[in-house]
Order: sequence, then C-alpha cells, then structure tokens
Amino acid sequence: MIERNAQVVVIGGGPAGLAAAVAADRAGADSVLLIDANVDPGGQIWRGETRRRPDQRNATAGDTLADFGTSAVLHLGESRVVAAPAPGELLVETAEDVLVVRYGSLVIATGARERFVPFPGWTRPNVMGVGGLQAMVKGGLPIEGKRVALAGSGPLLLAVADSLQAHGARIVLVAEQAPSHKVARFGMGMLMDPGKLGQGLGYAWRLRRVPYRRGWWPARADGRHRSRGDASDAPVSRAVLTNGRGQEIIVACDYLACGFHITPSLELVELLGCATEYDTYQGQRTTVVDGMQQTSVAGIYGAGECIGVGGLECALIEGRIAGLAAAGHPAEAAPLLAERDRERNRAQALNAAFSLRPELRRLADPETVVCRCEDIPLSRLVDLSSWREAKLHTRCGMGACQGRVCGGAVEFLFDWEPRSTRPPLFPARVGTLAAPRD
Amino acid sequence: MSPSPDIIVVGGGIVGTACAAELARRGATVTLIEAECLGSGATAAGMGHLVVMDDSEAQFALGRLSRDRWDELSDRLPADAEFENCGTLWVAADDQEMAAVRAKETFYAERELAATTLDAAALYEAEPNLRPGLAGALHVPGDSVVYAPCAARALADEATEHGATVLTGRAVTRIDGQRVLLADGTAITAGRVVNAAGDGARHLTPGLPVRPRNGQLAITDRYPGFVSHQLVELGYLKNAHSSGQDSVAFNAQPRPSGQVLLGSSRQFDVTDPAVDHAMLGRMLRRSLDYLPGLADLQIIRCWTGFRAATPDNLPLIGPHPSHEHLWLATGHEGLGVTTSLGTARLLADLMLEGEPPLDPAPFAPARFEFVGGRHA
Ligand SMILES: Cc1cc2nc3c(=O)[nH]c(=O)nc-3n(C[C@H](O)[C@H](O)[C@H](O)COP(=O)(O)OP(=O)(O)OC[C@H]3O[C@@H](n4cnc5c(N)ncnc54)[C@H](O)[C@@H]3O)c2cc1C
Ligand SMILES: Cc1cc2nc3c(=O)[nH]c(=O)nc-3n(C[C@H](O)[C@H](O)[C@H](O)COP(=O)(O)OP(=O)(O)OC[C@H]3O[C@@H](n4cnc5c(N)ncnc54)[C@H](O)[C@@H]3O)c2cc1C
Repeated sequence: MIERNAQVVVIGGGPAGLAAAVAADRAGADSVLLIDANVDPGGQIWRGETRRRPDQRNATAGDTLADFGTSAVLHLGESRVVAAPAPGELLVETAEDVLVVRYGSLVIATGARERFVPFPGWTRPNVMGVGGLQAMVKGGLPIEGKRVALAGSGPLLLAVADSLQAHGARIVLVAEQAPSHKVARFGMGMLMDPGKLGQGLGYAWRLRRVPYRRGWWPARADGRHRSRGDASDAPVSRAVLTNGRGQEIIVACDYLACGFHITPSLELVELLGCATEYDTYQGQRTTVVDGMQQTSVAGIYGAGECIGVGGLECALIEGRIAGLAAAGHPAEAAPLLAERDRERNRAQALNAAFSLRPELRRLADPETVVCRCEDIPLSRLVDLSSWREAKLHTRCGMGACQGRVCGGAVEFLFDWEPRSTRPPLFPARVGTLAAPRD
Repeated sequence: MSPSPDIIVVGGGIVGTACAAELARRGATVTLIEAECLGSGATAAGMGHLVVMDDSEAQFALGRLSRDRWDELSDRLPADAEFENCGTLWVAADDQEMAAVRAKETFYAERELAATTLDAAALYEAEPNLRPGLAGALHVPGDSVVYAPCAARALADEATEHGATVLTGRAVTRIDGQRVLLADGTAITAGRVVNAAGDGARHLTPGLPVRPRNGQLAITDRYPGFVSHQLVELGYLKNAHSSGQDSVAFNAQPRPSGQVLLGSSRQFDVTDPAVDHAMLGRMLRRSLDYLPGLADLQIIRCWTGFRAATPDNLPLIGPHPSHEHLWLATGHEGLGVTTSLGTARLLADLMLEGEPPLDPAPFAPARFEFVGGRHA
C-alpha cells in the first residue's frame, strides 16, 4: 500500500477539478494532488483533448490543460476514490495499486452523469445517452452515414447533434421535450449574451436542415432483428415520438440518443457526510455549499456539476474559487464571486426553461425495465414506498452500478428520499479493501 | 380501526413476521406493527444462513426444529426469497481442527442430523478455490440459505391471509400494559403484546438483557461457481462467541446470483452503523486467507448490521418476568433468521396453550434478572 499526503487534494479531472488544482497551486499550496478516474485530464467535456494537436484544441480546453500541464500539481490518472476509511483519508484504487491519500483540504469535483428516463424500449441496443454516444464516437465508433435521432432536453442535445453530424452522422430528428414558448424565452435570454448567442447561431446554421421539434418526447423505441423479427433485445430500428395529444412522429433510425439532463454525482459527497438538498429547478439533489464553495463539512469544498448542473463556465470559476479557498487564500477569490453568481443564475434560468414535464414520469409500461443490472420492471416498484423497500424487496439499485443508472430515473419517477451511499464508491477489489492500515 | 386484536406483535423483522404468521395461522387475531418496511432491521443486514449450531443442547434443539420448519416452508416461499439448500462446510485448517470436526460429526450423529467428514481431497473437489494445505471439513448437507427480507415479507403475507393486520411505516413509541402507542398518536389495545423489535426491543422494554453486537459484511459482483457451499471456518464458534473481544471469522456464502457474501465480524459497544474499515479489512484478510483467489474479485458494496445479543447467546422467548401482558421474542444474536421459525412455534405454544416442541426453560426471559426499567 502506497501513502500520499497533500495539502490540497482534488477529486475529478474535469474543468472544475483542473481549475481548482491550478488555482490552489498558483496560490502557493505546498502540495496539490489531483485524482481522476480517467487516464487523461479533461473530464467529460474535454475527453480526448490532450491527444489532439495543440493547434486543433478547443481554446478554453487548451488554456486550461496547458496551465495544468505546467503547474506543480501531481496528477494521478486512472485512479478511483473507493472509500473514506477515516477523517482526512481516502482509499484510492488504481489498476495495480492501493493508495491511502491524506489531505489537509479536499475539493470534490466529481461532475455529473446522464439521467435516464425509462420508456418502453429504452434498454434496446443502440438506444443510449447523448453523452454516451458522443463519448463512443470520440472513442472511434463509426457513425458515418448512420441515422441518429436525438430526444430529450436542453442545449446539450443540439451540441451533441452538431458534433455527431460533424463526424458524418445523419441527424434525422431532434426532439426537445420543452414546449416552444419556454425554449423561445430561453433563446431571448441568450440574445442578452453575445458569447452564447454565437454558439447558438453556430448550431442553428449547421443543423438548419435537421428537424428540431419542440414539445415532443419519446413514446417508445421499436426494434427489429434482421432475421428473427421483433424481439425485446433487438437493436432500435425506429423511434416513436409523441406530443401528448395523441399524435406521433415515427422515424427510422440506427441510434436513438436520449439526454434528459445530467445528474450530479453525489456518492463521494454523501460518503463524506456533506449535506445535500433537493433543488426544485433541477428536479434533483445537489450539494450544499457556501459562498466560498465550502460544503457543510469544514475543509471540504465542492465545485462544478457535482454541486448542481451549471455548465462549463460555471465549473471553471467555481473550481478556481474552491481551489483558492482550499489552499487557504479565500480573499483572492473575492473578485470572482460576482461572476460565479451570474453563471449560476444563468444556469438556473436554463434549468427552469428546460425543466422536465410531468408526462415523462408516465412513459414507462409496467413491463419497462427500470433497473438494468437486476432486471427490475416498473410493475415491481410502483407499490413500494421507499428506496430501501425497493432495494430490499426487489434488488433495484443493488447491482454492480449501485444505482448510478437507475438512481436518477427512480428519483424522477417516484418522490423517494435518496439512497444511502456505502463503500466502495466503485466496485473495488477485495484486496483493496483488505489492505492493512497502520 | 378493526376491533382490538388478541395479540399485537411489535417488529416486522424475520422474528416478528414469523410469530405473526404462526399466531394467525393458529387462530389468533393479530396486528403486526413495523416502524419502517418489513425485514428492514437486522433481517436486512444478516447473511441468512440456515444452520444448526451445536454450542449448547438448547441451541441445537431450537436450530434443528427451525431448520425443519424452513424446509417445510420452502415450498411456499416465493422465488425472491432465494431459498437454496447449499449445505454448510465447516472448514478445518489443521489436525487439531480436524479432531473438532470429528467431535462435531459425532454430536450430530448422536442426534440423527446428517453430517459427513470430508478429507482434504474431498474438500478441494467440493471447493477448489480454497487455499492449499487445509485438513478437511464437516459437510452438513441439510443447511440452507435464504434471502431474509423477502422471506419476512412472505411470512407477513401469510399472516395477512390468516386475517392478521399488518401496519408498516408505523413506529411504536411505548408499550404500556395492553396499550401500544404509535408515533402518529394512535393507540391500539390488545389482549397481549409481543415485543419482537429486534435490537429496538430494549428501547421499548427497558432493562432487557440485550446488547447490540455489530457485524461487517461485503458482497462481490457476480462470479458464478466461485464457491458452492456456505463456507465457515471451524474456529467460528471460538471466534464468534469469545464474549467481549472483537473478533473476525471466515464465512463465505454463495448467492443464487453468483455473488459471494463475505462475513463475519463481531464488535460490542459500537453504535455507528457506518462501515468500520479497520474491522472490515481484518475480516477480508481472514477471507483471503481461506480464499486467496478473492483478491482480484470486485466488491460492490459493504454494510453493517447489529445482532441483539443476550449474555448466554440464547434468545428471549416467553413472558416478560414482571409485565403481565408483555411477551418477548428477541435476542437472537447471529442466528435469528434460522431460529425465527422455531421461536414462532415455541411462542405460539406458550401463548395459545399448545404443547411446546422443546423445553422452553433455556429460553425463558425469567432466566435473567432484569435490571432497571420503568416497572421492574
Ligand atoms: C455524459 C456527459 C456528456 C456531456 N457532454 C457535454 C457536451 O458535449 N458539451 C458540454 O458543454 N457539456 C457537456 N457535458 C457537461 C459538462 O461535462 C460540464 O459542463 C463540465 O464538464 C463540468 O465539469 P466538472 O469538472 O464538474 O465534471 P466532469 O467533467 O464530469 O469531471 C469529473 C471527473 O471526476 C472523475 N471522478 C468522479 N468520481 C471520482 C472518484 N470517486 N475518484 C476519482 N475520479 C472521479 C470523473 O471520472 C471525471 O473525470 C456533459 C456531461 C455529461 C455527464
Ligand atoms: C452481520 C450479521 C450476520 C448474520 N448472519 C446470520 C446468519 O447467517 N444466519 C442467521 O440465522 N442469522 C444471522 N444473523 C442474525 C439475524 O439477522 C438476526 O438475528 C435476525 O434478523 C433478527 O430478527 P428480528 O426480527 O429479531 O430483528 P430485526 O430484523 O432487527 O427486526 C426488528 C424489526 O423491528 C422494527 N422495530 C424496531 N423498533 C420498533 C418500534 N419502536 N416500533 C415498530 N417497529 C420497530 C425494526 O424496524 C425491525 O424491522 C446475522 C446478523 C448480522 C448482524
């Protein structure tokens, strides 16, 4: 077992974590350690950026990654925090080793993951999250000439449609569940913001031939095997969309990518006993932080999507504030606070504009599988009254993913109190948890 | 609310639901009251190994009665109760433990309980993932495992079929003679009240000679066939019941899903339900000692539970020594899933004037002096 100590430890190598680590380092922290599950820094949005030629990089990504590269921050890639054995101590697993990391202060920047809304057919092959499909395409999945339908909500749908199209996909439909008037109001908001407007206009121009339907959402995904006819495990062959007024749009597609917002990854936050709260705008739980990004536990800070979905700029500035505060220089963060608040407000306006409509809670059939690990259909959950009951009596959320996939869905479908978080945060080797301490 | 029940059972764990089912089946009107959901206390935490122990004559008698009743019940259990007759292997590390295996075999044989000694070769044939160099094992083919939370729900369903009322999400705040007060302000009156609230029983009936004994557990991802019997080190009894000291013992269970459930540890004076990594580490090192191939298997979750332990490790089944209408069914320590069905039978015979199937004296609460308590 390897031991590592650092004054500031940052968990998560996305924009928020990178910004926090660099800020802490520049503020003069003795030692800064950044731990991230991915091989390369960058998190979700900048996945693969470090492998690009510097002149081909996204500008913000390039700047942030360059700052990180030239800093004194120690980067521990392919490493996962799996437990918190004692106060100020984390148990970290890598492909070969077990580490005990001790921190003076901690910045949690564990990001968010996609939220899935179950509907009939959502578990078919080639029905996936927009982020998942985008990551697979960045990772080499051939998409050229494939027909892709996108459904869900928010600007991320358009961003992913744009990027898939750039990789040669044929985008057959983008279905936005929010009604036109809400999307339009959000568009007005963007007009006030030249930077975002440019981005929006860019998508609009590049996606001008793609049908963009507001007020539509998936009713089901049908599938067909080439040889065996219709079967529940057949890949998606067509998406059926509804507007809730008895009308349907049916489109043939090779992929159906769904994006019903993202949901903060709160496992580490909860394991460390930091308070969370239900955010009505986002319709989900987020981490409670104060003006200096400090959680309810002294010395533990939160930044980026894990404290509430806010987007890239928000993640960057919160990361800087958290990094400065964690390094013991909160005063230096003062000039950043007003901008951070503006970013958060903008994010909340966006969350309000694209809030999920209640009809989405009723898409699933009794037979629709909600928990994929344990194969639990909706019918087995509807009469239950708590997560605990669901887990104990059906095994929902007890599988290998520990509710990472079904958790957000269940929280959206039923108003249950959140699940309990227990170690390990990720599946961890018996050898790791057996490692002797002291 | 329906007319007053004959009997209120407080606690919807495996013991309370078993008692409610038995009493209702035998004609009593029963109301079962559970604070959370059925099977959510120790019943949700434990390993659910249905095992006949031999550390005392009374323990053996209750264990055997109970195991027979589980076998009968198994046909009626729903699939999600995951009853599986996997048998137990009591693993002997050396010749000294092998002698203990033979003594255990003799004990069971004298009481006509099937058990056979396996030599090392037979042991490795049965469980190839055990570490080399072990001496052998005692195979008890009649032992089984069950997923207790669903079994508790099934027993509560059976109680309902026989006319019982089951209230869940309703905490009892006080047992006051024949009146039971609920957190929501309602009161229910009954002829008699059974406190079967597991470790919670001592809060409702002060002075019970019961202490919580913490245990850590870990479960792996799915590795079908990695183990096929419930594996317990023969030193288990020695380790488990060396009263006072913190202890760990190797205990591995194959789940029908292909997962491996790992126990067991025992700690008094722990009230925090959070995983204790020092204890968990010790327990897992013990598991690795017996199953080295576990090292690279993935654990997906760890948790803890509390066993309600009495000074002599036997449960409290029978009338409270000084409270007239109060009956007790708690203190089952690490064996309550197994002994729940025997407990229910014994309790019902005592309460409904039947013929007890075994000597009730070793389980009578009056064997202890109850200290403290409001009315004692
Ligand atoms: C699937 C998905 C796709 C997205 N696609 C886009 C997009 O195309 N465009 C866009 O603008 N925004 C996108 N977003 C939003 C974007 O990621 C955020 O706005 C921004 O990246 C937030 O940064 P962050 O640092 O908070 O989190 P992230 O970038 O998610 O970084 C979190 C990092 O922490 C690591 N981590 C988490 N837990 C642990 C642990 N216990 N131990 C070690 N490491 C851990 C993760 O592996 C990850 O590398 C997407 C988000 C998701 C979830
Ligand atoms: C780590 C561990 C491993 C174990 N392994 C095994 C094993 O392999 N085999 C075996 O046979 N046994 C095993 N056991 C023991 C077994 O799990 C317990 O003995 C058994 O579950 C006890 O059942 P119970 O119904 O008495 O208690 P519980 O299951 O705790 O039930 C008590 C119920 O009462 C409810 N309650 C409490 N207070 C109130 C109140 N005021 N009002 C209303 N309701 C209330 C609780 O919510 C709970 O549901 C193990 C236990 C542990 C902790």
